[in-house]
Amino acid sequence: MNPRAGIALALAQIRAQKLKSFFAVLGVIIGVMFLIAVVSVVEGMNRYITEDFARQVYGLNTITVRRVPEINFAGPSEWREWQRRPRLRFEDADAIHEQLGLPALVAVESDADAVLEAEDGTEVKNVWLSGASADYFRIMEHEIARGRLFTPPEDRFGIPVVVLGHEAAEKLFGSRDPLGRRVRINGFPFRVIGVLEQEGSLFGFSLDRRAIAPAHSPVARMVNPHGIVDRIVVRVSDAQLIPLAKLRLEAIMRSRRGLRPNDGNNFVIETSDEGLSFWARISRILYIAFPGLVSIALVVGGIVIMNIMLVSVVERTREIGVRKAIGARRRDIILQVLVESATLSGLGAILGIAIGIGLAWLVRALSPLPAVIAPQWIAAAVLLGVGVGMIAGIYPAARAAALDPVVALRHE
Amino acid sequence: MSASRNHAIIRTHALKKDYVLGAEIVHALRGVDLVIDANEYVAIMGPSGSGKSTLMNLIGCLDTPTEGEYWLDGEPVAGLPDDELARIRNREIGFVFQTFNLLPRATALHNVELPLIYGGIPRRERRERAQAMLERVALADRMHHRPAELSGGQRQRVAIARALVNRPSILLADEPTGNLDSQTGAEIMALFDLLHGEGQTILLVTHEHDIAEHAHRAVTLRDGLIASDQLRSVPALGS
Ligand SMILES: Nc1ncnc2c1ncn2[C@@H]1O[C@H](COP(=O)(O)OP(=O)(O)O)[C@@H](O)[C@H]1O
Ligand SMILES: [Mg+2]
Repeated sequence: MNPRAGIALALAQIRAQKLKSFFAVLGVIIGVMFLIAVVSVVEGMNRYITEDFARQVYGLNTITVRRVPEINFAGPSEWREWQRRPRLRFEDADAIHEQLGLPALVAVESDADAVLEAEDGTEVKNVWLSGASADYFRIMEHEIARGRLFTPPEDRFGIPVVVLGHEAAEKLFGSRDPLGRRVRINGFPFRVIGVLEQEGSLFGFSLDRRAIAPAHSPVARMVNPHGIVDRIVVRVSDAQLIPLAKLRLEAIMRSRRGLRPNDGNNFVIETSDEGLSFWARISRILYIAFPGLVSIALVVGGIVIMNIMLVSVVERTREIGVRKAIGARRRDIILQVLVESATLSGLGAILGIAIGIGLAWLVRALSPLPAVIAPQWIAAAVLLGVGVGMIAGIYPAARAAALDPVVALRHE
Repeated sequence: MSASRNHAIIRTHALKKDYVLGAEIVHALRGVDLVIDANEYVAIMGPSGSGKSTLMNLIGCLDTPTEGEYWLDGEPVAGLPDDELARIRNREIGFVFQTFNLLPRATALHNVELPLIYGGIPRRERRERAQAMLERVALADRMHHRPAELSGGQRQRVAIARALVNRPSILLADEPTGNLDSQTGAEIMALFDLLHGEGQTILLVTHEHDIAEHAHRAVTLRDGLIASDQLRSVPALGS
């Protein structure tokens, strides 16, 4: 008997017992569903992180000096050590600017949440407010849509001007022209000089609900204690200069902090690679831990299928006797049971894939997590389902093949 | 044809079959010598428990004897491995059972195709042969019906078509009319007569005399031994 006829037979069998078949493959459905859903989200994250996230958070060809890592898994003791670290200062940025000796832009940036209020009283809360150097825009590739950016002299003299993100401008002023208007940031008046290009969102966090003012303007007091900055960002002209620039930054900072050769750094120097390696770590953990969970579901699913197939073999004892009487060999019977079990489980896998894709879509629609359906994982899931069915079918198939035809024909 | 007429299809020598039932051994067959030639039409009779079905199963290669020898078409069969017996059942034997034993979910056509599937016959030929066989048992218009949609007589005719589709050396029928009313039983027996007339060798188990009368030879079993073996005075082939 060829496998195609076997599959047709198996499908007829499954159609005749839909509910029972469904419960038989529930384990496989669940296992495959989670496999596909999680893998889709992880793949989506992967693509997102490598393509968008690294650029938006860290900037391209940029190096960031911070007190603690931007993204971290710190334990309590590590956290306590970090809290004792000295904070970065404006002077650190000046020293880097003077001593780096490479073609580079250097900027400081500090941020905080703020409430913005237009002249007519319209309030926008939870705005991402930055106090930054004038070069910050070029380093982060923030493009201006309307108006202008602030200049180095405006920063130096602390002029209260502000560049708004697309969403912040829209929320404050609606269809009116925001340029030249006054806006109160945490109650302090600023003049709007520009609006940035729309940037979209990152994990549901709007990149356009923001305001960027000169670091030395009155925002300085809103974002940090006097003289302190959150980070210093450095953009070199060429990616090949990054390793050298990192070494020099480290040397400059260590000497400024008076660290001895045996002391560890009490600051961090990050590039977009650090963000990527952090993500690589998470996804590696997922890829290691996850197959364990999926295999548990599949093993349980396999055991259920095996039992269902055993019952099915017993129920069809007489049929097996008839098949043997008209010439089915052991291998024909074995193949029949295996094909049926593999078809059942394969169908379960397909159902699991469909639900998994649905779940991934749901995650994408309802949460900021991206999701990408990867065809190679779908193929793997189908193979997995079929494989589980095959393995689960071995024992029932052997039992069926071993039936004595005379006894089987007399069954019932 | 005439050369094969006296050729022995079935030859058994001192065929014995014991069943072990707990501590007890049942001697179902105690030494049966039987020769059946090509184109014979033999009825096996005897009271219940006399070993008719056991003999039938041995001749049909569904079971192996405890002792003794058996040649099918000149080939020694006793002691062949499982798969070899399956091949013989597929090519040489056609079974008809009292309870029809059709696959309930398969159409008449598929039921008849089944032996050809296991015989490795290609799809087209399979289909054609199965259709031709169903036409011969007058079921051309019922090919796509499932057993539940057929009457008892029709089911048994499907079973007969299935038994014959591989052109077996011998047709084995165990109480083929046992589950049918007498009218339908008579139709089935008429079909057997027709098949025999066309040269088919038939071995029929029955305990009913009027059924046995269709055969030209009656072998009676008693307690696992042949008690009598009589040729009937019914007219032989063709006359
Ligand atoms: N599988 C079996 N196990 C044990 N005893 C059996 C088995 N098959 C048949 N027998 C016994 O063998 C004897 C012959 O049975 P059987 O060939 O079925 O007789 P018949 O068909 O003439 O009624 C009976 O005593 C029966 O109980
Ligand atoms: Mg019997």
